[in-house]
This record gives sequence, structure tokens and C-alpha cells, in this order.
Amino acid sequence: MLHPHISFESSQTYLAAELGRDAGPDAEALPPQAQPSTQDRGVRLEISGLSKRYGKRQVLQHTELVIEPGEFVAIVGRSGCGKSTLLRLVAGLEAATQGSIRLDGQDVSGLREDTRIMFQDSRLLPWRRVIANVALGLPPGGHAAAADVLAQVGLADRQPDWPARLSGGQRQRVSLARALVHNPRLLLLDEPLGALDALTRIEMHQLIEGLWQRNGFTALLVTHDVQEGVALADRVILIEDGRIALDERVRIARPRERSDPLFGQIEKKILDRVLQQPGEAISPSEPLWPNTPVHGVRWAV
Amino acid sequence: MTDSVRELQVTPVPDTVDAPGLGFLPLGPGVSLPRIQFAAILRDLGQRLLPWVVPVGLIALWQIASSLGWLSTRVLPAPSEVIKATWTLSASGELWTHVKVSAGRALAGLAVGGGLGLAFGLLTGSVKFFETLLDSTIQMVRNIPALALIPLVILWFGIDETAKLFLIAVSVFFPIYINTFHGIRNVDPGLIEMGRTYGLTRWQLYREVILPGALSSILVGLRFSLGLMWVILIVAETISAQAGIGYLTMNAREFLQTDVVLVGILLYALLGKLADVFARGLERYWLRWHPGYQSTVA
Repeated sequence: MLHPHISFESSQTYLAAELGRDAGPDAEALPPQAQPSTQDRGVRLEISGLSKRYGKRQVLQHTELVIEPGEFVAIVGRSGCGKSTLLRLVAGLEAATQGSIRLDGQDVSGLREDTRIMFQDSRLLPWRRVIANVALGLPPGGHAAAADVLAQVGLADRQPDWPARLSGGQRQRVSLARALVHNPRLLLLDEPLGALDALTRIEMHQLIEGLWQRNGFTALLVTHDVQEGVALADRVILIEDGRIALDERVRIARPRERSDPLFGQIEKKILDRVLQQPGEAISPSEPLWPNTPVHGVRWAV
Repeated sequence: MTDSVRELQVTPVPDTVDAPGLGFLPLGPGVSLPRIQFAAILRDLGQRLLPWVVPVGLIALWQIASSLGWLSTRVLPAPSEVIKATWTLSASGELWTHVKVSAGRALAGLAVGGGLGLAFGLLTGSVKFFETLLDSTIQMVRNIPALALIPLVILWFGIDETAKLFLIAVSVFFPIYINTFHGIRNVDPGLIEMGRTYGLTRWQLYREVILPGALSSILVGLRFSLGLMWVILIVAETISAQAGIGYLTMNAREFLQTDVVLVGILLYALLGKLADVFARGLERYWLRWHPGYQSTVA
């Protein structure tokens, strides 16, 4: 209803083909998805009046954002604009200075069972084998589920390896599997592909998109790569100096082709908006995201 | 056509190979391949034997010098005498009793001192309160050389086993303590954060992330401690003992048995080496995930 899942069927078969290449028979053995309605799989995220200050530095100011269940939202922005902070606040890793974050109406206070993060550096335990890394935090006997998810990311045959033996892309796949094995309802992606080469990145886009469509979780991706945001997200949100400066809906059918003229248009629109903002300077009179609350809320200490 | 190509390929080769004949080898109709392999094996063998030339030569020289009477037995007995003494001592079982006593002392001291070092290191490394409370005190005490305590230790415990145990325990405590402390402090905070977000309990976090992360550093501490352990043991046993390798050598000194003294010295060296091999083995096993400890390429 919110975003056109026009090509849902086709992209799923596409994923199956993609996985079949690496995973072999395991991919076939996966149970047919009981079509999880995106409503109960994904979480609804409401952020209102969110501010975060580190000492004297204001990182986020009165951020307002609503993400519907099952939506894929990308947050882009220059480095240091506050986008990673927003992600850490949603994850419950840090507490907000002001304002609230609600998941399905519940206030976020600390870490949550149904939220998982995929970090920029894969953060695999080097002293645990791949399979044990994926099963981390699962109850005993979780190895079967872990093996299943590893097959979904195309690494079924790397189970007994040490993480040091994997390439950067493979490590991020393991890290993705580790996040998905918990069946999160909200997946937070903190520039997970920043350190990968361009080809691996495109491969990972397809993988993440496919798994998102299959599992129906809500996804929040922080990235500095506008193209990545346009390739993956239903909405691309630009944060500048701690405020939401642009909220662009991407209405391109999936799987998305970079050659699509609409793709280029949206990417250019966002990039132009990013680049028109030279560095730090921002005029307060500039029209902001319409939901910004009354400025009267700003208070001095 | 093909012949000329072959020649083109072949001509530059002899410049790079030390044996000029080698370059033409693939073309030659019946040049014996086995001969080349044989040469390679010989060269390999030479490489392996080279490090042994000097020690073996020295021992040979020593033996000759002793046999010809250039070296007095009171200064240095012949290697053959040392071997003979080792044989007699081990045949009578005396050697093993002393080795057992010495190794027992060393290991008991290591267990007490190392265990305490590990426990305190874990405590101060993990809990800020205990770091503030204890670390500066421990760092102060660390600067007292263990051997400087000998007079005090003799006054406290006399000259029996407790004194030796105490000296060894005190000296192995610090390397293990410091390395455990730093190992825990140097665990990647990103991994700890990851563990928290993935729902690990406090104990799981400790077992899965913090301890394995600190392990390589703890093992470095253990290797330092093992080295110190033997040094302190030797000194402690030389002061006074009723058994042990130190007793064996001091007793032999009284009777001018230089060969037995030498056996004792060699025994210390052997035990030290064994301990080091053991610690390396632990490293290779526990750190097998680490690319630096993976000997074979899979």
C-alpha cells in the first residue's frame, strides 16, 4: 500500500537463482515462505522531536521521522551529519538527549531483542568459526538455524572456516547472516558496504534486497553513497547538520536497474541537494522537513 | 618455426640460473633429471645441517681438548664424562628424584603466583573500581626485584620450601598480572558492543568475547613468567635445599664433581626449553584462529 511491490515475484525468483549458484540444494530445501505480511514482520518506527547532544555539540535536532512496517529507508548525508548517531539511538546503544523513539508504539530504552545491527566492520569474533559466529547469542542447538541462514547468504560451505580466511565481502555476508538468524523485525545497517569494492557491493545489494523482500523486516540503512540508497530504499532521507533536509520516495520497480532513467534522475536530485550545501553553513530560515515542530521548543541551557 | 621459438625462450635462462647446464635441461634429449634432483636434495640437506656445524664443532673441539689434557677436569669435564655422569645419575634414579622435586617447586610456585596474577588481572581489567583500588599498589610493588626479598623471606619463612614457593610465586605474579590487565583493556570495544547488541549475557560476553580477546596477551605473560620461574628457582635452590637440581649441583661442587655440576646446568636448560615448547604449544592451539599462528595453508 505504501510502496509498490510490483516486481515482488520476479525478484524472488531472481534471488533463488542467485542463491542456487552458491548454496546448491540447500536453497531448494528452504521452506516456501508463508508470505509473512509485512505488517507483522516489520516494525513501525516513530521518531519524534529527537535531539542528541555530545557535550556542547548538537548532533541531532528535533528529528521527526516515521517509518512504516516493512519499509526500507536509507539515510544519506555527509560524514558527521548525525546519521550514524540516529542509527545508534534507534538501536538503543545510546540514549537521546530529548525526544522519543517508538517501535510499534513502545519507547526504545536500551537494546531490544527484535532489533539487529549490521556494522561497517563486520565485527566477527576472530576466534569463533563462521558457523559459531552466526549462532552467537542463539540458544544451544541454534546451529541448524545458523547453517540455514548461512546457506541463504551463499556461504553454506564456509561453516568450519575461521573469519580470517574470508574476504571482506564474505565477512559482511556472515555478518548479515548473524543479524538475520535472530529474525529481526528491524534491521539497522550502519554503512555495511562502505569498505567493499564496487562489484562486491552490487552483489551485496541484490542479496540484501532479496532477503529484505523475503523476510519483510523494516530496514534502516545509513550510507554515504547516494546511489546505494537509491538502489535499495523505498525512501531516501538526507540529513544535514542534524536535521532532515530531504525525504525522497524512490518509485522504481524492483529489481532496480542503474540504467533506468528514473534512477539517474533521483540520484541526481539528491546529490544536487547534498552538494548545494557547502560544508557547515546553514541558514536557519531554510525550509526544513515539514514535520519539524514549532521552533519554540528550542531551549537554552 | 617451433624450434626458433624454443630457442628464444631458452636463451635468457642460463643468466639467471647459477648452474649453466640447467637452462638447457628441458630441451636436452637424455640429460639425467635424477642428478639434478639429487643436487637439490643435497643443497637442502646442507641448509638444514648448517646451523648445527658450530655447536657440534665446539663440542668436538671440547672433547679433543679434554682428551689431550689441555682442559683440566676441574675446569671443564669432557663431554663424554658429562654423558657418563648423566647415565649413572639417571640409572640410580637420583636424577629423577631431583628433577621431580625442582619441577614440583617451580610448578607449584607458578600455579600460586600465576593463578593470583590471572585473577587480579581479570579483576582490575574488568572492574574499574578494582583498578582504582589495586592497580597503583601493584605497580609499586612490581618494582621491587624478587631477589631483593631474599633476606626478608629467609627471616619470615626460614630456608625451607615455603620460602622458595613464595619467591617463585612473587616473581611470576607480575608478568601474568600486567599482561592479563592489558589484554582485557585491549579487547576491541567494537566486538564488545556487538556482543551486547546480540543479546549476550554478561557471563557469555566474558567467555565469548573478552577472555578470548585477552588470551594472546595472557599467553605472552605466561611465557615471560616461565622464563622468570626457572631463574628464581635456580637462585632459591642454590641458597639452600635438601633436594632438587640446585642441591645436586651445590653438593657436587663440594666434592669437585664438575661433571655433575654440568649435568645440573644442562638440566635447567632442558627444563626451561621444555616449558617454552609447552607454552608455544598452548599458543598454537588456543590462537589457531589467528593468521599468525596458522602454520599450514589450507
